[in-house]
Amino acid sequence: MSEAFEPVIIGFTCNWCSYRAADLAGTARVKYPPNVRLIRLMCSGRLDPTFVLKALAQGADGVLITGCHPGECHYIEQNYKALRRYLLLRRTLTQMGIEPGRVKLVWASAAEGVKLAKEITTLVEEIRALGPLNWPGRVKLATGENGTAVSQHTQSIPEEVTA
Amino acid sequence: MSQDQPHNKERVGVYVCHCGTNISAMVDVEDVAVWAKDSLSDDGVVVARDYKFMCSSLGQELIERDIEREGLTRVVVAACSPHLHETTFREACNRAGLNGYLCEMVSIREQVSWVHTDKVAATAKAKAMIAGGVERVIENEPLEPLRVPIHPATLVVGGGIAGIQAALEIADSGNKVYLVEREPSIGGHMAQFDKTFPTMDCAACILTPKMVSAGTHPNIELLTWSEVERVDGFVGNFTVTIKKKPRYVIEDLCTGCGICWEKCPKHVIDDVFEAGLGYRAAVYTPFAQAVPKYPVIDTENCIYFQRGKCRACEKFCPTEAIDFSQKEKYITVTVGNIILATGYDLFDARRVIQYGYGRLANVFTSIEFERMCNAAGPTNGEIVLRDGVTTPKTVGIIHCVGSRDRNYNNYCSVICCMSSLKFAHLVKERTDATVYNFYIDMRTAYKDYDEFYQRVLEEGTLFVRGRVAEVTDAARGPGEEGKIIIQAEDTLIGKQRRIPVDMVILASGLEPRKDAKEVAQKFGISCSANGWYIEKHPKLDPVATMTEGIFIAGAAQGPKDIPSSVAQGAAAAGRVLNRIGQGEIELEPVRATVDAQKCSGCRICNDLCPFGAIIFHEDMMVSEVKHALCQGCGTCVAACPAGAISGTGFSNEQILAQIEGMLMFDQPAHRVDLAEMAMA
Repeated sequence: MSEAFEPVIIGFTCNWCSYRAADLAGTARVKYPPNVRLIRLMCSGRLDPTFVLKALAQGADGVLITGCHPGECHYIEQNYKALRRYLLLRRTLTQMGIEPGRVKLVWASAAEGVKLAKEITTLVEEIRALGPLNWPGRVKLATGENGTAVSQHTQSIPEEVTA
Repeated sequence: MSQDQPHNKERVGVYVCHCGTNISAMVDVEDVAVWAKDSLSDDGVVVARDYKFMCSSLGQELIERDIEREGLTRVVVAACSPHLHETTFREACNRAGLNGYLCEMVSIREQVSWVHTDKVAATAKAKAMIAGGVERVIENEPLEPLRVPIHPATLVVGGGIAGIQAALEIADSGNKVYLVEREPSIGGHMAQFDKTFPTMDCAACILTPKMVSAGTHPNIELLTWSEVERVDGFVGNFTVTIKKKPRYVIEDLCTGCGICWEKCPKHVIDDVFEAGLGYRAAVYTPFAQAVPKYPVIDTENCIYFQRGKCRACEKFCPTEAIDFSQKEKYITVTVGNIILATGYDLFDARRVIQYGYGRLANVFTSIEFERMCNAAGPTNGEIVLRDGVTTPKTVGIIHCVGSRDRNYNNYCSVICCMSSLKFAHLVKERTDATVYNFYIDMRTAYKDYDEFYQRVLEEGTLFVRGRVAEVTDAARGPGEEGKIIIQAEDTLIGKQRRIPVDMVILASGLEPRKDAKEVAQKFGISCSANGWYIEKHPKLDPVATMTEGIFIAGAAQGPKDIPSSVAQGAAAAGRVLNRIGQGEIELEPVRATVDAQKCSGCRICNDLCPFGAIIFHEDMMVSEVKHALCQGCGTCVAACPAGAISGTGFSNEQILAQIEGMLMFDQPAHRVDLAEMAMA
């Protein structure tokens, strides 16, 4: 394949900060690669980890989760709940055969259009370096001895899981 | 109507906006519209059009007509950010009889055309996002906005000119205002000034009548020497806890006669109101016309508080108004709306070391000079050097100190050019001194400002265009002995110049309040990267914020002169009065609801809610979300292991459909059935 790999990334944004940062990046004409498609939530706390799995399952190569900076949540503290879920999700993803680096959490206030654009640019490069997700290629569903299905990783996962 | 039956029953219309050329220059909008009609017909798209300006009345009529003629049940508008025009298109749908919440916006301007440079990739992204919007809108439900009653009282934070104006406008309409001020008196920075540009009318003459009106107005409850401690609730019904610091003076007994501060043996430098140039007693009002007239005791300097002896003020007070046992008090008020007019801090000129402030005696800041010019100030209006007697023969005024400077603040502080011109005029008026103004660009926009500049030019003030490199007392020749030398490049003649002067005035820029971020958080609004409060829209909604019920006015929103601050104060009041007049406000019906049938009573959601909106019914072993308290963040929806909580407007079905839609036209190497994996 000579064509460069263009990753597809789904991004989740908070209505109060990062979605507005995206608006601001637009108004200020800050450029970033077109690989990320943003979905608006009311709060990063709304992010059900299922959404991330759904995106990856449907063919996304990476997922960006964004929210207000710690201490700046529009709903007082719900971004901390997003943080907790994110840390757990990274572990789960590893167990499912996915590099945790494919999912990234970024804090971006409504004023940080430039920062958001920069983070998106970085993430696109990181996912490009990781290559296509190709999830089925790395998880082989097999039947265990007692009849239950077990998944076996066909690829090794880099040891970069956060504690 | 059509033979090929789409697999779902909804009839979707897709509208792609050109936004002039804002979108069409980077996204092939015609192609997107044709594609949407062809490729999304199985998903219910029956109409897809592109139009020059969807938000125009003709664009809106296009949608309305299609709803009526084509029987659309869902609408997707691919245009700008929903924060700009969501309401516009929802209202268009409503007019045509379609519930506005069945309309979804896709931001292909802010998120596509304005930020990408490859037209092919941008067009492809626009398509993917529209597909997401179509899949999502099919899952949308018709909703009714929540109606919240508006409490008629208003809280105004900050008693500077913007806050005073806002408070008076609202109070005059017959509604209650709580005006909270941190300092002992209202008046703000304006009370410190002598003259105001460009008319040179005296600040006190135009401000004090307003202060008195605010202080005596039957509808204004003045809470000076007070700070907002806590804000609960939301638009229409905020509960605000205000800390009243102890004055140690009983307001009901005090007549403001001033005997206490005359008798007080302790005198300290007044760093706040007099900018360090004058003195005040330990029991004081910041200035003679203070509103309210009651003094406060500064415990850090009061001899009694420090050493347990003295009580001179108590002994001499004719009305026995001194009470050393006062403690801070917390009061709680209920208000429907809040206006933040917390003002600015002055840039600390010490930070520009090369300008010598704090090191060279006769380098003054702009606020010091304001106080010096003030007839009621420390020098009784005499322009003199730091020794208090010598009149300067040459004065240098340096513009843009801390402004338009990458080392400090990039922005222009707006007021400094005009106040520097005012200073030049005042020096010329009161002394025979030669005046130099060192400027980068002369910014005299707005009514009568440039005329004032012309006047100052004609008065003989000299102007040097160039940023000052250094202010020094190191003389290089006999002409410089005993002088302060201003070294600058005169960019109009392309030469370095050294100009010896007796006095230097630094036109310090404006900065956000040191605690602006903290205050913004308390009220649930955002600050820009610099620290100024962010308005809802920079042009069309400059006094509202993204948080319903919180408005901003004056320099807290960005550097501003007096006329603009007054205009904003009045504008914010107008917005609040509009709300009070309506009696209620419509809010987004984004709320969580528990399906009691599905709830297992695990109570995981109970502790997640920071608003205490989720209650648990012990008898039925189910949780319930109280809609009056729910703010709609959706954290509980995401957390419910039984999927028993649904969130209107942002339901699982909507979001999952949007994800699926956004990805369905890619050709990925994989697609995994999550349900199958879950079974494994």
